[in-house]
Amino acid sequence: MSAVRSETGYNFAYLDEGTKRMIRRAILKAIAIPGYQVPFASREMPMPYGWGTGGVQVTAAILGKRDVLKVIDQGSDDTTNAVSIRAFFARTADVAVTTRTREATVIQTRHRIPEAPLHEGQVLVYQVPIPEPLRFLEPRETETRQLHALAEYGLMHVKLYEDIARHGHIATTYAYPVEVAGRYVMDPSPTPKFDNPKMDDCPALQLFGAGREKRIYAVPPHTRVRSLDFEDHPFRVQSFDKPCALCGAEGVYLDEVLLDDAGGRMFVCSDTDHCEERRADGPIGTGGAGEGAAHA
Amino acid sequence: MLAHGFADPVHDAQGVFRAVMDALARPGTIQPLAPGLAPPAPLTPELAAIALALADADAPLWLDAGLARNPAVADFLRFHTGARITGDPAEAAFALVSDPAACPDLGTFAKGTPAYPDRSATLVLAVSILSDREGWHLAGPGIRGSARLAAAPLPADILSRLARNHAGFPQGIDLILAAPGRVAALPRSTRVQEG
Repeated sequence: MSAVRSETGYNFAYLDEGTKRMIRRAILKAIAIPGYQVPFASREMPMPYGWGTGGVQVTAAILGKRDVLKVIDQGSDDTTNAVSIRAFFARTADVAVTTRTREATVIQTRHRIPEAPLHEGQVLVYQVPIPEPLRFLEPRETETRQLHALAEYGLMHVKLYEDIARHGHIATTYAYPVEVAGRYVMDPSPTPKFDNPKMDDCPALQLFGAGREKRIYAVPPHTRVRSLDFEDHPFRVQSFDKPCALCGAEGVYLDEVLLDDAGGRMFVCSDTDHCEERRADGPIGTGGAGEGAAHA
Repeated sequence: MLAHGFADPVHDAQGVFRAVMDALARPGTIQPLAPGLAPPAPLTPELAAIALALADADAPLWLDAGLARNPAVADFLRFHTGARITGDPAEAAFALVSDPAACPDLGTFAKGTPAYPDRSATLVLAVSILSDREGWHLAGPGIRGSARLAAAPLPADILSRLARNHAGFPQGIDLILAAPGRVAALPRSTRVQEG
C-alpha cells in the first residue's frame, strides 16, 4: 500500500476512549444477543452519514495496534469509500492495511462478503444504512421494537409472500432478511442475497454498525443464519450464465460493466481481490465477450 | 498509596476488551489476558483490568461482600474508572465478584426488558480454575458443534442458575469468568449442560 501520513493530535483510531468504551459495551451485548439491535450513542464522524459512519465507529472501537485492516466497497478495495476509510485508519491508528482477504484480521465492508472463505480470528464489520428489517413495513420504532420483543415476524413473511403473488418468486435480491440463531430477524445490510449463505456458520465474527440509526448488532461465529423463505418457495441465490470475464471464476458474484454506448457490457468479479489473485495464479477469462445476465 | 492503572491506557484497554469480546463471541474458548495491574486485594488483576477497560460514569459497578469490605477497592475503581459504585445489584452494569462460590442469585441483577434485553448486567467472576478440556458441555451461538468448559469455584447449583438464565433469552445475564491470566465467558445465549 502507498505510504500515508500519520495524523498527530488524535487519539488512537480517532475516537476518544469514553466513546470506545460505550461502543465496546454495545458490541459485547450485541454478541450475547445475536441479531438484536443494540442502541448506541453514535458520534459525528469526519464523513457524512451514509458513508459508513457506523462501520467506522465499530472498527475504531475494536482495532488494535497489531490488526491488519481491509476495507471493501461493493467487493472492491479501490473505490472511493474503501480507499478513504482505509487511509483514515492508516493515518489515525497507524495500523497495517491490506487488500488480501486472507491476511486481514479486521475487514470493514459495505455490502459484500469476500469470496475467499473467512477464518477464525477474523472480524467482519458491516456498514449498515437501515438496520431495522421491518422499517419499511412498520415505520414506528416503538412498534418494531415490540415486534422483535414478541418475535412477531408475520409482517415480513407477508412481504415475501406479496413478492411471490406479484412476481411469481421472491423478488427481494439484496438486504434479504435472515433469522439469526432461531430468534431475531435481522437485516444483513444491503448485501446481495448471494452472500446470505456465507453468513451461516461463518467462522468469523460479524459485527454490524449503523451510524445514522445508532444501532450495533452482531452474529457470533458458527451461528445459524437462515434466510427467510417458504417450503414451496425455498431461498435461492442469483446465478450467472457466464463466468467472470477477467478471471473466469464461476459461482462468484459478478458486476456488470458497460463498455460502450452500443450496449456492450461484460460481467466481472465484484470481489476485486479474489479476481486479482486468480489472475495472478493463471486463469484468464473471455475478455469483454460475455453477455451473461443475472437471474434472481 | 493508590495502585496504578493501565500503563498504556489506550492499548491495554483495547487488549482487555478484545480478549473479552473473543471470549464472549466464542464461548468455551479461553483467551489470554495480561492485565499488568496490582490492585488492592481481594480485587484480582483480571477483575480490575476488565473494570478499567469497560466501566465508566455510564456503567455503574457493583461489588460483592468481599470487595466491599476493603474500602481501598472502591477507591481504586472510582479513581481509575470514574464509575459509580452502587449497592443495588439491579442498578449495576458490571458486577465484580471476588468470591464466586458465594455469588448472589442471578435474579438480583438486571436482566433487561423484552424490548431492551441489552439493559442487563454482566457478571465478572474471579474464578481460580478455568479449563476448556473438561467440565460442562456448551452449545449455542459462537460454538462450532459443542465445547467444554470447567470453572471453579462456583455455587453448587450453578447449572440450574445458568439454565434459568438461558431460558429467559433474549433477556438475561452474561458471565465473564476471569482466572489468573485467562478469561472465558458464558453469554446468556449459551446452553450449559453437565459434563
